[in-house]
Amino acid sequence: MSNDKTLFEKVWDDHVVVAETPDTPAILYVDLHIIHEVTTPQAFSLLREKRFPVRRPDLILATMDHSTPTTPVTTFKDLDVVAEGAANQIRQMEVNCKEFGIELLGFGSIERGIVHIIGPELGATQPGKTIVCGDSHTSTHGAFGALAFGIGTTEVGHVLATQCLLQRKSRTLVIDVEGNLSKGVTAKDLILGIIGKIGVDGGIGHVIEYRGDAISALSMDSRMTVCNMSIEAGARAGMIAPDDTTFEFLNGRPRSPRGADWDTSVARWRELRTDDGAKYDKSASISASDLGPMVTFGTNPGMVVGINDAVPDRPSDPSFRKALDYMQIEAGKPMTHNDVDVVFVGSCANSRLSDLQEAANIVKGRKVADGVRMLVVPGSQQIKKDAESLGLDKIFVAAGAEWREAGCSMCIGMNGDIVATGKLAVSTSNRNFEGRQGVGARTVLASPMTAAASAITGKVADPRPFLRDE
Amino acid sequence: MESIGKITSRTVVMPTNDIDTDQIIPARFLTTTSRDGLGQFVFNDLRRDSNGDDIADFVLNQPQAAGCAVLVGGKNFGCGSSREHAPWALLDYGFRAVISTEIADIFKNNSLKNGLIPVVVDAEIHQRLIANPGIEVTIDIETRTLTLEDGSAVEFPIDSFARFCLLHGIDQLGFIQQQLAAIESFEEQRSWTP
Ligand code: SF4
Repeated sequence: MSNDKTLFEKVWDDHVVVAETPDTPAILYVDLHIIHEVTTPQAFSLLREKRFPVRRPDLILATMDHSTPTTPVTTFKDLDVVAEGAANQIRQMEVNCKEFGIELLGFGSIERGIVHIIGPELGATQPGKTIVCGDSHTSTHGAFGALAFGIGTTEVGHVLATQCLLQRKSRTLVIDVEGNLSKGVTAKDLILGIIGKIGVDGGIGHVIEYRGDAISALSMDSRMTVCNMSIEAGARAGMIAPDDTTFEFLNGRPRSPRGADWDTSVARWRELRTDDGAKYDKSASISASDLGPMVTFGTNPGMVVGINDAVPDRPSDPSFRKALDYMQIEAGKPMTHNDVDVVFVGSCANSRLSDLQEAANIVKGRKVADGVRMLVVPGSQQIKKDAESLGLDKIFVAAGAEWREAGCSMCIGMNGDIVATGKLAVSTSNRNFEGRQGVGARTVLASPMTAAASAITGKVADPRPFLRDE
Repeated sequence: MESIGKITSRTVVMPTNDIDTDQIIPARFLTTTSRDGLGQFVFNDLRRDSNGDDIADFVLNQPQAAGCAVLVGGKNFGCGSSREHAPWALLDYGFRAVISTEIADIFKNNSLKNGLIPVVVDAEIHQRLIANPGIEVTIDIETRTLTLEDGSAVEFPIDSFARFCLLHGIDQLGFIQQQLAAIESFEEQRSWTP
């Protein structure tokens, strides 16, 4: 037996408190627990009931994002814009954090934002950490070479009380991505292409490692977009080995190691790569060079097609037909035939500064088409501020788009930012499930560039003719 | 948690693939701070029209669905969001088990922790269940078997620890807490600190 290990195995082994046996799962230590208002109230109730304290409040990053308004909140009265349940949940989060001694990045904090945006932004997300959150897109943090995955509320309670989780070790799937992404083609198109290829259940039971030239060439923002959607392929987590791009991103962030600590950390992080002789359970590959802009046409992220390609048909597959009916999409024609009602640029998949820049670059000096509503929601208050200092807000507003406070917003529609029944939304978020953005809403997932081009033309549009040289 | 050994019930069949947790319980019903009472919202947008009226041909609205505790779904059941509200809602509605050829990881974990039994079967058994909605099945956790109406039985995989906890009504948090000494020594001895 060789001692060679995959990246996943290295991080896993480093966190085993009690080893797995055939009869019992491993007890795995958690380095960073991110919490938000929607999937934690029942966990705090349990702690209260049993009189358990929170074991390591210092390893928790707490914020509010899912059901928060994207209009400014300075007093609780401002919460009237969201449904009563949502407002109650937000208040409860404040109460819970206070009672259990957890620092909350709440309203008024520049550090508030979507859970998966602020972890990396603050430098709390680091290579080699185990990171969990009661949210499936926790896979995002794997872009740094962390082992990061979503958990349920019962497990949130376990981590609050013990800083540990019961886990069975996942299998591994490696995805090699060679070649280069062409101009106008982004990490979002790449991950949609990957999900289209391996299917929405292709990763079940597995942790994916993405590697290859095309991955190494990606910025951290783009790597996060790729890892974000690992869960949409059914995978437990997605990981990318850390490299100089990773270290450069983290250097100097508020919660990154400093001084001598930084140097020892980087030395340790450099070891976090799959050994040459290590074996994966499964493998797949895709060429980045062959990809164009991708859009979804159905009701899961695997129902995806090139922007200018005809939507396929599977007449004998009832699930497929049902999806096309719901979407009111005709097979045999490209998606560019469809009129757009709403464009949403935001969510933990694509609401980082570079995403907003890419969209603004297309929108600049142009107008959002008549009858189209465009909503731009930065991933964090810090990103909002940075974008404003670059004047991006003015570009969006001048084009006729709405510029909002940070939050999940129309990705999940819990805060009242919804797509009306029957309306078609081109969205940079990560889920096009039936009703995800509102009852009867029809979601087309796309990159920020494709979303911006669609806002301008009023149809699902190829962004490449709208690109400008920087 | 109560111990669970055996479930016998007729089935309800929803053959669609990729039934995600947003369909099981739409996000706008997640603003609760309790885990009770979510059954009324289960499959809400498939069950009711925009006026809140029942859609007659949706399977759960048909008289023969009443009292069924076993749901047969298409492949990749429970994909998407990690919301534990999905198993909470299914249980509160009266379901005790979900059968499919493939059940998404987080949903499966969440279900086992709450006593909703995820049963993965092969394509052939799945086809039989889909073709014969309403048949009575028995799910035996002790023997890990699913028995169909005609008496034929198949084994299904279930994590041995989860099975043990279900059979004995064991609280998994208590199990971790028994290892407190190991957790403390892990924290003291690790070569770096988060
Ligand atoms: S932006 Fe959307 S996918 Fe991301 S954490 Fe929020 S609700 Fe979940």
